[in-house]
Amino acid sequence: MQNVSETSRESGKTPQAGLLAPFDVHVQSGPKAVRTALLEIINGLGPLKLDVEETSTLELVLAEALNNVVEHAYTEPNAAGEIHISLRHRRDGLHVQICDWGNPMPDGVVPLGQLAALDGDVIDLPEGGFGWFLIRDLAKDVVYKRIGAKNQLRLRIAVAYRQGI
Amino acid sequence: MELQIKTKGEICILSVQEPRIDAAVALEFKEAVRQGTEDAPEEVILDLTQVTFIDSSGLGAIVATMKHLAPSRQLLLAGLSPAVEKVFQLTRMDSVFRIFLTLEEALSAKCE
Repeated sequence: MQNVSETSRESGKTPQAGLLAPFDVHVQSGPKAVRTALLEIINGLGPLKLDVEETSTLELVLAEALNNVVEHAYTEPNAAGEIHISLRHRRDGLHVQICDWGNPMPDGVVPLGQLAALDGDVIDLPEGGFGWFLIRDLAKDVVYKRIGAKNQLRLRIAVAYRQGI
Repeated sequence: MELQIKTKGEICILSVQEPRIDAAVALEFKEAVRQGTEDAPEEVILDLTQVTFIDSSGLGAIVATMKHLAPSRQLLLAGLSPAVEKVFQLTRMDSVFRIFLTLEEALSAKCE
């Protein structure tokens, strides 16, 4: 009997005071996938009452990470694969995990995301390559793993810890 | 992608009528701006007052627009919300564009 109650207490993990209950968002890759996912995520984070600055950072980082999945992981004929996003609020911020079952990251690592020089002619200005720079600049602990057929990207976004959620 | 296009003397004003310039509409945005500026005068102001979010694809599309207009025409940006301005600052693209807080400021700077 004791074992049973132990188990149920384990599985029914109640979130700690001041922390948002964990939640997941699942979308199917495609042209509207990123907007749909961002809307769901931001709605889900509503109780955290993030300020404008925190929300814009979070939206930008997740938009860039999800755009990469839609554009590079899920290419034809696998363009409508599943994207799973899990969000876990802890005292040190929001831990986000994005999983897909598409193409692996080239070379198996997260790109460095360095900005190109901007001091040349207008005509030589870069039109891309900002995505990974923004992710690395705004998110912490960015870790990519290929696990079997799955891409797993984890990152943390610092958000203020709030009492009384 | 809805754009409102007005020409005031020697200045063309392109006002984006949507809240997001992101990967979903970046190509459409480039094409709409290209068409809208075919006969544009030397100064083109991109009015972003209604835009609340851009991502790196949106930024890339704005850079592409500036390159498309150069060297004969100049692209100015106006009405950046804090979230939009942040993307320009982080990528240091704020050093490449002439950026004005509001459309009025951009216009008065040009009319002086």
